[in-house]
Amino acid sequence: MNNPRFRRWTGFSVMALILSLGAVPATFAGSAGASSSTPPTQGMAPQQSVGKGEGTLNLIAWEGYAQPQWVAPFTKSTGCKVNVKYAGSSSEMVSLMANGGGHQYDLVSASGDADLRLIYGGNVKPINVNLVPSWKQFRPFLQAPSFNTINGRHYGISYEFGPNVLLYSTKTFATAPTSWSVLYNKAYKGKITVPNNPIQIADAALYLSKVKPQLKITDPYELTQTQFKAAVSLLKTQHPLIKKYWDLASQEISLFQNGSVVAGAAWPYQTNTLQAAGAKVADTIPSEGATGWADTWLLATNAPHPNCAYKWMQYVSTPKVQAEEALYFGETPANTQACAIMNTLQKGGCAAYHANAPASYFSTIKFWKTPLAACGNGKSNCVDFTQWQQAWTQIAG
Amino acid sequence: MSNGARLRQRAGAALWRRPWLRGVLTLSPPLLWFLVVYLASLVTMLVTAFFSVNSLTGSVVYQWTWSNFSQILTQPVYGSIILRTLVMAVAVTVTDALVALPFAFFLAKIASRRWRQLLLAMLLLPLWASYLAKVYAWINILSDKGVLPGIESRLGLPTTHIAYSNIAMWIVFSYLWLPFMIVPIYGAFERVPDSLLEASSDLGAGAWSTFRWILLPMVLPGVVAGSIFTFSLTLGDFITPLLIGGSSSNFIGNAIYDSALNGGNLPFAAALAFVSIAIMAVYLLLARFAGAFEAL
Repeated sequence: MNNPRFRRWTGFSVMALILSLGAVPATFAGSAGASSSTPPTQGMAPQQSVGKGEGTLNLIAWEGYAQPQWVAPFTKSTGCKVNVKYAGSSSEMVSLMANGGGHQYDLVSASGDADLRLIYGGNVKPINVNLVPSWKQFRPFLQAPSFNTINGRHYGISYEFGPNVLLYSTKTFATAPTSWSVLYNKAYKGKITVPNNPIQIADAALYLSKVKPQLKITDPYELTQTQFKAAVSLLKTQHPLIKKYWDLASQEISLFQNGSVVAGAAWPYQTNTLQAAGAKVADTIPSEGATGWADTWLLATNAPHPNCAYKWMQYVSTPKVQAEEALYFGETPANTQACAIMNTLQKGGCAAYHANAPASYFSTIKFWKTPLAACGNGKSNCVDFTQWQQAWTQIAG
Repeated sequence: MSNGARLRQRAGAALWRRPWLRGVLTLSPPLLWFLVVYLASLVTMLVTAFFSVNSLTGSVVYQWTWSNFSQILTQPVYGSIILRTLVMAVAVTVTDALVALPFAFFLAKIASRRWRQLLLAMLLLPLWASYLAKVYAWINILSDKGVLPGIESRLGLPTTHIAYSNIAMWIVFSYLWLPFMIVPIYGAFERVPDSLLEASSDLGAGAWSTFRWILLPMVLPGVVAGSIFTFSLTLGDFITPLLIGGSSSNFIGNAIYDSALNGGNLPFAAALAFVSIAIMAVYLLLARFAGAFEAL
């Protein structure tokens, strides 16, 4: 240790350490984050009319949500140039909005599991649904769903939704599996894939709600400590059967294409892509039902281009854009008038994506929402999102 | 003489008389860049490791806490992630060293000039190809409908299922970082004079003795220098585990990625980054004592 060069290094790192320790209390003391039981932006009055466009619109969106075939006509008619930042997960959307992005972006196409986090974080503000005429054509349950409407305030406008399906190889399964138990079956060890996402715990909970009624699970997102533990331990027994936890839809597609897996939890988008490529796969919603997503365009609290944002919400709610989006991504539009257009764009398109399905179809889907400590029953003994995330790290680590 | 020219002359004279001023003026822009852009961001990151986030809204809570570090230390999953990363980095480094030593020796001491140029070109050529393309190529080789099981079934051998496992990661990492190991070892072999090898064999030493007692001590700094690359590149990687890893293949990098991007928990990600930095600092100190920096 008597090497002079080494001593210089040490001195330098000690200096850096002192600097860093000294800087903290001075800069950040006292400003703690807070969350409350009412959304911080609840009192903000939404605008009463849509003025002239600001010329620009900045979006955070899922990939496939801002395709040129419907963005170009929008820009042409409104003069709003659209910039898109794609996000890979609901949580990425929340971190983009929470970490300063809220001053830059106008709208975010968040799913139900991110909505409440954005609303209670004050990142989004109430909107005036009367400024979006097509909203009246929406399915009733998507006009004011609990994941984007609180105390009668709408924080955004619903977009499209879909189920998480059981994707399987038709070579292995001659007939469609009728139960999610396939994903927990040791017979398919090393041939299974599920998303690398904490919300996957809800899938296990949904399955348990049917096969273990004694747990009394009524909502897979509102789990007591006992119910939560049962779901987590089911997923831990599933771990040895998993070939890979997928992070991107494209990963699951190649896992099926190169024959590494025979069954997995998926979106219809993967099924469409695989079938179009000639892969021998199909998907199904097993008897236990399915989780799913319902997306909402939420308006940022500090949206720099609110008029363009309202114009976009008006535009993407129209039957034509809803139909195009539904066919492109493989999901179901909120607007009931989109069905006819889907059929003209693609033969049988409306039925293929359940745009004409009866209400009973929708009740089979348990839509993603943020797990909160406060359960729906007025008690606050449920497991919250942080614990979901930590448990998932333990499962997939 | 104009005013401007006089001023310039006086400034020049002042600089000539005071060498320290010359030094300060030349060094301060890069030093400032280093301090502000490089070190300040690093310090900011390390400070962030002592904060936490509001779990619901994802916003950072600026209150001093050790909770991130106690979580890393107490939850067994992080222990196994760190251990997995470390073991892989060591395994890849050892594999690359074992492959690189004979290759570099052939390159430096046996191959003719033409062969040497050809081999060096082939060695460095993959560095021009995209990292992702190479990993995807390996997926195509190793996966169940891939090249390797195809050849195995042609030959009537039992087929292997290597893709999406830690073995696949080990193969891909060893492949990816091999040039970074060969080049410094090749340099070290070049510096060994041929006369030493001749003297050794004249004095009756066999091939192994010559290697063990003459060559290895002389090229060891080269091996350590190469290992800095293979070790640190493996330690910091998260893409290969993501693409070709299996169900238990998360690295420290993946845990950072998950907590920063998916979890929105930047403070925890920063705390995990601390772990990587600490491991690397220890490794560099050890490498320094092994004389690696003289061989670079």
